[in-house]
Amino acid sequence: MEALSLLMQGFSVLLTWKILALMMVGLVLGVFVGVLPGLGGPNGVAILLPLTFTMDPTSAIVMLSCIYWGALFGGAITSILFNIPGEAWSVATTFDGYPMAQQGKAAEALTAAFTSSFIGSFAAVLLITFLAPAISTFALKFGPPEFFAVYLLTFCSFVGLGREAKHKTIISMALGLLLAGIGLDTVSGQLRMTFGSSDLLRGVNFLVAVIGLFGISEILLTMEERLALRGHSAKITLRTVWNVWTDLPRYWVTLLRSSVIGCWLGITPGGAIAASFMGYNLAKRFSKDKESFGKGRIEGVFAPETAAHASGTAALLPMLALGIPGSGTAAILLGGLMVWGLNPGPLLFVEHKDFVWGLIASMYLGNIVGLILVLSTVPVFAAVLRVPFSAIAPMIIVSCAIGAFAIQNAMFDIWLMLLFGVVGYVFKKIGIPLAPLTLALVLGNRAEDAFRLAMIGAEGSLKVFWSNFLVGSITTLAIILLFWPIIDRIIASIGRAREPARA
Amino acid sequence: MSKSEMEIVVEDPTAPDDASPAVTSKRTIDMIVSVLLLAFAALLAWDNWKTGASWDSSGPQAGYFPFYLSLILGGAALFGLVKTLMDPAIESEAFVTRDQLKRVMTVLVPTFLFCLALKWLGIYLSSFLLIVGFMRLVGKISLWKSLLTAFIFAATMFVVFDVAFDVIMPKGPIEALLGR
Repeated sequence: MEALSLLMQGFSVLLTWKILALMMVGLVLGVFVGVLPGLGGPNGVAILLPLTFTMDPTSAIVMLSCIYWGALFGGAITSILFNIPGEAWSVATTFDGYPMAQQGKAAEALTAAFTSSFIGSFAAVLLITFLAPAISTFALKFGPPEFFAVYLLTFCSFVGLGREAKHKTIISMALGLLLAGIGLDTVSGQLRMTFGSSDLLRGVNFLVAVIGLFGISEILLTMEERLALRGHSAKITLRTVWNVWTDLPRYWVTLLRSSVIGCWLGITPGGAIAASFMGYNLAKRFSKDKESFGKGRIEGVFAPETAAHASGTAALLPMLALGIPGSGTAAILLGGLMVWGLNPGPLLFVEHKDFVWGLIASMYLGNIVGLILVLSTVPVFAAVLRVPFSAIAPMIIVSCAIGAFAIQNAMFDIWLMLLFGVVGYVFKKIGIPLAPLTLALVLGNRAEDAFRLAMIGAEGSLKVFWSNFLVGSITTLAIILLFWPIIDRIIASIGRAREPARA
Repeated sequence: MSKSEMEIVVEDPTAPDDASPAVTSKRTIDMIVSVLLLAFAALLAWDNWKTGASWDSSGPQAGYFPFYLSLILGGAALFGLVKTLMDPAIESEAFVTRDQLKRVMTVLVPTFLFCLALKWLGIYLSSFLLIVGFMRLVGKISLWKSLLTAFIFAATMFVVFDVAFDVIMPKGPIEALLGR
């Protein structure tokens, strides 16, 4: 198997003390980020990104992806001990995790959460290992029309499958695409939407926007809430770990089901949240003892955690293979790749083999190291929550400012960050989703270039998007997804009309 | 099996009161944002039209893609505005209560001042001041704890960014003092 030998080569790149140390640093920072209120996966990665600017790309991506794994692990700690989901995808974990902690089984719940996170990610990494090279080989045949069709598919699936009001998703996406267009137009060399400002010449930096939208706005939102906490502390002993692990095989159906759900939903955008709820609900539906869910059942922790992490990891698959991120955090990692001068997409597998396989190998290694790390250090991380928010808030603000400034050494970016912070705060409160904006901002230029190149190639005829079977089916699928809510309603009403007796 | 069952308790004395009156409703803010977005879309559409939003010999001009996007943005904002205007029941809940707004301002105002100070004081000195001020005045934490935390944090940031990773930050008046 070519994939396996390349993977082994990837491992050999990683097994140096420097990389392993960076991995630990990344994981610890990540768990902190996941535990702290007002910080989460995407903002943590965005704020810490400037740290990696001076590293070589492999070390940098290893550290960043470890921050990501750490944040995923960390979310479970607050959900179980404090009943506060650190991330939206940890909400389902609180249903059974917190009751377990109340019954004095916090250690079991945490072990279950960490172990299932590990299993979920592992399943998704396996998928990436064997599927990503195949997809990228296939995608090497893509020309501009195909790429634009894939971008269109991503955008349309956000609008069609998102749970937010459709016009708000469209607002968010159009705004992101417009902001991405500010500055120098790469195709014609003309300036656009700069209004004579020399600061806007560089354009709106994606990372600056992300730090503001997620970091600063999250602090503002957190301040609105009552920050009193009441939670259990827990210490995981080897015996607990052993007990939970020997119990694992009994739940193999749940674990497998959640892994599959997670992998599937992770590849489609915005999947981790849906995946965790779906994993939980299906586990409940297929259980013989439905009543015991929500009262501290260990299966109720396994199911959502496995699905959330499988999906969080699988989100990296389209990013690596096609250059299209499947989640907000993946979008930021993609932004990072571009900072280091790597061009995400199928060519990455050809031109930067070492880098890609190093990254994939780091997913395996990072998860194993992460599992051991969190199992052994939970009490320390839980204690972090004792630190008053009035001490944490200014530190996060400072980190955001340093991050925003360091990207382009521009004072203007700090003001931009503050503006995006306020915009993010208002948008979140009135229900305009931020994920489409992030995605549009990072993909905007590439989508536009693909569109224009396709148009130039076809002399301005939109027929190019149906010129062959491949591009035609992607474009058609995109349009179906865009109008999915309407189509779904029609199908449902036909179904009802045909089977009036049932229901 | 050893289980330490001590609870972690963190109080929040200045928490916003649940009964605090609303400053404004989501509905109002929703409409204001829609109008602002509409204006922004119009501005961008006009600018892109000037740049050239049609076709020339080499394909679409620079303003083509953004021009149509601003139309989409404007259309979606207009749709939202009309939808909210037509249905008085939509999003009538509070956008922010008076207590909440006060708390948000306790972060936003210092952050604004911090950004303002960055230009003259550099990043490390302003960070130190922001953390001390915030911990002492908002968090009511004792002065020595605030000073110590702020100093350790600012120093760590300096070591991590400037020394270890060579990310050069503006340092203001203490530039010479730090010797870098």
